[in-house]
Amino acid sequence: MNSAPDQLLVLVLLINILILGTHRTRVAIRAIATQGIVLGVLPLMIHSFHSHILIITLFVLLAKGVCIPWLLFGALKKVDFGEHMEPFLGYTGNIIAGALATVVAFAFAARLPLAPVHQGLLAVPAALATILTGFIALASRRKAIHQVIGYLLLENGIFIFGLLLTESMPLMVEAGALLDLIAGIFVMGIIIKQIGREFSSMDTSRMTALREVD
Amino acid sequence: MLLITLLTVIPLLGALAAWIIPSNDRRPWVLPLVACLHLLIVSALCALPLSPSRGGWIHLDAIGRVFLLEIGGLFCACAFYAVNYLQYRQERNNRVLCMGMLVCLSAMSLAVVSHHLGILWLAIETTTLSMAPLVYFNRNARSIEATWKYMLICSIGIALALLGIFFLAYSTVVAGLEPSLLLGPLQGYAPKLPVAWLNAAFVFMLVGYGAKMGLAPMHTWKPDAYGEAPGLVGAMLAGGLANCGFLGLIRIYQICMASGNVHFYRSCLIGMGLFSIAVAAIFLVRQTDFKRMLAYSSVEHMGLFVLALGLGGKALYGAMLHVIGNGLAKGVLFLAAGNIHRAFASKNREVARGALRRTPWSGGLFLVGFFALTGSPPFLPFASEFSIFSAAFTNGRPVVGAFMVLLLLIAFMGMSFTVLPVVLGEPPKNRERTKYRDTPLLAGPPFVLLLIIALLGLWLPQPLYRIVTDAAALLEASR
Repeated sequence: MNSAPDQLLVLVLLINILILGTHRTRVAIRAIATQGIVLGVLPLMIHSFHSHILIITLFVLLAKGVCIPWLLFGALKKVDFGEHMEPFLGYTGNIIAGALATVVAFAFAARLPLAPVHQGLLAVPAALATILTGFIALASRRKAIHQVIGYLLLENGIFIFGLLLTESMPLMVEAGALLDLIAGIFVMGIIIKQIGREFSSMDTSRMTALREVD
Repeated sequence: MLLITLLTVIPLLGALAAWIIPSNDRRPWVLPLVACLHLLIVSALCALPLSPSRGGWIHLDAIGRVFLLEIGGLFCACAFYAVNYLQYRQERNNRVLCMGMLVCLSAMSLAVVSHHLGILWLAIETTTLSMAPLVYFNRNARSIEATWKYMLICSIGIALALLGIFFLAYSTVVAGLEPSLLLGPLQGYAPKLPVAWLNAAFVFMLVGYGAKMGLAPMHTWKPDAYGEAPGLVGAMLAGGLANCGFLGLIRIYQICMASGNVHFYRSCLIGMGLFSIAVAAIFLVRQTDFKRMLAYSSVEHMGLFVLALGLGGKALYGAMLHVIGNGLAKGVLFLAAGNIHRAFASKNREVARGALRRTPWSGGLFLVGFFALTGSPPFLPFASEFSIFSAAFTNGRPVVGAFMVLLLLIAFMGMSFTVLPVVLGEPPKNRERTKYRDTPLLAGPPFVLLLIIALLGLWLPQPLYRIVTDAAALLEASR
């Protein structure tokens, strides 16, 4: 538990809770950027040094630490109405749900049939907890930009699980996945600006024109 | 190999050309040009015997050929249709639409030829992204809502599919094997992989690619996106992207079937398939919007695909045939629906009535296309749906077969309550006629597609028959 990668993973878990508990969009974006940077450093600490690992680290730092936060702040600049929108369940409810999800993740990961090398590693429960946190954020938030942050949490969780596999994933696929992620956030950023223009708000629960009525 | 490279590069070059060409009038002509070249290469590829290359990453197998033929043909029809359609929509800049269509074609071609699960995933993710701006083509509040739901649900789905791929890769690590994401080696490993991880990988990929296909209950984005997107984009979504999601599912299916312990996977697929068909049938009844109706019909047919995978045996042949039949029939319906929408400036059956009088060609195509899609002889979907149906009985699943027929019947009746008034009703008197008229380039492409599925339903040429049976054999022999 005292090794540096495990401490960084604890930091990741704390950031999850912070994102669930904050009502300030800017704080949430900075938090997700910090989480991205932590994730970028992790492969270097877990695996033996290799040019493949170094390139991945650089890509991740650039994508999750710089590009994506920049795109999110860009989307925010156009439509920052600063209105306060309580998530479903409220902030306290969100934090409790996040804490519960973390507990469940640890309990579940202990029972998984992991490879002997990975037994007792924090990476698997941390991955599961981050994925669950992402779902909580996606389900409870109403602002479009917070839903994007929830999606990024989900992606980060999947990335943590991918750490166990970094050596077997081809570089091309990793780089392509990050490129697609940036492109996806770019498109979402554009949509958020349009939502702001059309609905004068980023509240996606106001988008109710399309549903089955009779 | 050169041809396969060209298959993905030519559409990208076309996208570049579409970006450079300044004239809104001339730009759409890039689409049919690229589509024809693409279709030419596709036919050449399907005639040639091909072997895997570059360490097995890229390989056009029989399953890939089925999908490639369907995508190439459908795209070609949509491309010719787009030229005239975009002339009606002069008020909109069509640069993004042309580029998005071409990038998507390139990504779909890559998805079809890749045997590496990571590359396949990347290609499918790219198709999602490249179509997002196209759903938003109409630039209004409704289309932004549709685009947001499409983007969010498909992105989450695709992310879960990636987690499934990671689980699969991790299962090779747990088993102490050389990690690989190539289809061939994974099929070889399958019996040795730990069951828990393989099951988890399967479930996540079923949910992930299922969201992309629009299986219930992950289908909620589908009616919105199909309803708000222009007709030709809807055709590509239903006949191109949804099929790519199905291809992703087919690849993991091949691996799971090779594992020998198939009961769990089959029951998951049958359950999911029947549930999707049931949800679609319920929402098809009393559907007033004919484009949303087509979306639910797509949910129904995706459910049919998954059900066929679960049944196995002769149903696999039906599924492969249905990829072509359903894809092309969806093209007919969406393109004709786009025309009717233009002609009445509405897609509600209360307003858009009597299409047969206003736009005889589009109205007729919509009606005949509806019969073709729902499995009336002599069209191709009849042959494919019938083999899935009969496989349910021969494989000892009579209850599943009976349910399937009952649900398809409900869906058919539900759809006819919408299609018949739209086509045969009395045109509304109090509304002005729009300036839309059927032209050869707007009614021609769906007509040709309809002709193809009619001919294929009557007589399947020997080379095509061999490709379809080879594809079904690949699915079957995975065991």
